[in-house]
Amino acid sequence: MTSARRAASDWFKYSDRRSRKTGGGVANEPVLEVSGLTTQFDTQDGMVHAVNGVSFTLNKGEFLGVVGESGSGKSVTMMSLLRLIPMPPGEIVDGQAMYNGQDLLHIDLDQLRQIRGKSIGFIFQDPMTSLNPVLTVGFQIEESLKIHQHLPTEAREDRALELLELVGIPSPAARLKSYPHELSGGMRQRVMIAVALACSPQILIADEPTTALDVTIQAQIIELVKDLREQFGTAVIWITHDLGVVAGLADRVLVMYGGQIVEEAPVADLYARPQHPYTKGLLGSVPRLDQKGDDLVTIPGQPPSMFRVQTQCPFAPRCPYVFDRCREENPPLLPITPTQKAACWWDMEAGEARV
Amino acid sequence: MTTPEHTRFNPDSEVLVSVKDLKKHFPIRGGVVKRQVGAVKAVDGVSFDIYQGHTLGLVGESGSGKSTIGRVMLQLDPATEGTVTFDDIELTKLRGEKLRKLRPRMQMVFQDPHASLNPRMTVASIIGEPLKEHGTVRGAERRERIEELLSLVGLEPSHANRYPHEFSGGQRQRIGIARAIALNPEFIVCDEPIAALDVSIQSQIVNLLVNLQDHLGLTYLFISHDLSMVRHIADRVAVLYLGKVMEMSDVDTLYNHPKHPYTQALLSAVPVPDPVVELTRRRVILEGDIPSPANPPLGCPFNTRCPVAQERCSLEEPEWRELDSGHWVACHFAE
Repeated sequence: MTSARRAASDWFKYSDRRSRKTGGGVANEPVLEVSGLTTQFDTQDGMVHAVNGVSFTLNKGEFLGVVGESGSGKSVTMMSLLRLIPMPPGEIVDGQAMYNGQDLLHIDLDQLRQIRGKSIGFIFQDPMTSLNPVLTVGFQIEESLKIHQHLPTEAREDRALELLELVGIPSPAARLKSYPHELSGGMRQRVMIAVALACSPQILIADEPTTALDVTIQAQIIELVKDLREQFGTAVIWITHDLGVVAGLADRVLVMYGGQIVEEAPVADLYARPQHPYTKGLLGSVPRLDQKGDDLVTIPGQPPSMFRVQTQCPFAPRCPYVFDRCREENPPLLPITPTQKAACWWDMEAGEARV
Repeated sequence: MTTPEHTRFNPDSEVLVSVKDLKKHFPIRGGVVKRQVGAVKAVDGVSFDIYQGHTLGLVGESGSGKSTIGRVMLQLDPATEGTVTFDDIELTKLRGEKLRKLRPRMQMVFQDPHASLNPRMTVASIIGEPLKEHGTVRGAERRERIEELLSLVGLEPSHANRYPHEFSGGQRQRIGIARAIALNPEFIVCDEPIAALDVSIQSQIVNLLVNLQDHLGLTYLFISHDLSMVRHIADRVAVLYLGKVMEMSDVDTLYNHPKHPYTQALLSAVPVPDPVVELTRRRVILEGDIPSPANPPLGCPFNTRCPVAQERCSLEEPEWRELDSGHWVACHFAE
């Protein structure tokens, strides 16, 4: 109980500071509501159940971190929202994604194109493969301004220049005429951010935007995104496998495992008292730069095969707290505290099963 | 398991591997007759010692030359200048059979477990190949040794007849480690052994490497860009920038009292998985990118990005000097 209270007061201290820093807290006003999203891929080897009933909301101006290992379904979830997965073999089997009164998963493609790149920007992981190598940087930034905002040529050029300045590219006027191969990895990622921000989107989805970059460049990009968010109040979904990056950036975190959300919590609570054994294991398995380490906790075993329908808890085979119910029933995301949810039948703090 | 005292640096240990003024320049050729018009100075004058039974962490950004150092040390690429001494034998002078005879004593674990295992060979033949090549054990004995190695790295003996594609990334890296320790080497170069693995699998592999070091008395060169993991595994750390060592010391001194501005910036750029700490940390954000090693800046290689650079830094290359015992820095102003 005392530890819970301490964690809660930590959180208040934290959110207080954060809101002072950003000049206004996160409004509890959803801009995006996803429910029951289920995506499958029909492959030669069988059906891959990549995303299994994912539900979450994104609030206005909120920074939502999505953490998970490869194959946990974090990228497919976000790509499904904008129907960016190859279909076939992919198929969005079920679910709803409400944005502005429209269901992104069911509106027709012409309407969706009006939203992609305009209201919802997307930054992809690998800036080399997601920029077109035969078009100049300027052209690629101006493209969405042309399509979505119908700006005349000169206004587009001015705006593109402004955007390159904004993302901190030196001598932006010269860079507009550069091709992607002439830029370094960090510069390319900045261009990707400029493209995503071109139409001042309400939501920015960033899929592992710093994974391919060196730490010093990663720090530059993180500072940039922090600044941009303060300036424009953009809601951000930041997909990563790096728990350190999320700790310094996010307001709230989703932890994904086996194609489902296993824990959802405000960032301070997640790190102070994780409620899912997977989150706890993950936090124990990363060494810290600022502390001399003890032995690393390992999570034994391998991530689950996505070929099976999950009828049990996907983490059960690796879980130290596993008991009968975990193998019989896949736990739904249960509320633990008013702000924290976890998909687990076991209460680690009380040392007993949840009812 | 290891206790921190055990893994920490013991100054009485003997030097097993010693690198002196090592340089590796890759020629850039141009023109009609493919004359050499320049050189990529991947490694440009690096010196360090690795002590018996200890781990030297080699950290740096991409393009800093850390993998090249590992490869040149094992003579997988010839050095342009300088020497590598292993157990008082100068490797850089050896060729052919003499070098091959030394191979069992020094091995390598590669970064990409998908590319470093031959997909057409079974696990038994992959792990058995060094045993066969160096003819240490035969027949049933070899089979036994393979099974012993598999269980040492946490795999099942029944895995011996499978192919690499049947394994996950972490398991493949275990196979790569089993191959590296097959001949009871003394020294292993681990070239980013965990970079391609998931977070929860990384700790499995690092714990395995630490356990093997304790049991077999191995000496490691641990090359990584993950500074948190290097703090966990290494006894001493060398920080590399543009093919030169900027700072080197034992792990605690380096992480707690970094003296070189580059080390300070690098450490401050690494996010800590704790929101409370992250909120109060001060960051040094470096401007720009690492310069091209084909055309490195004059003077101190870091002067173009250094937050405290002065005129002297772009004119004069800082001396490699020992600040405190065992704490080396290449900076005019570090004290």
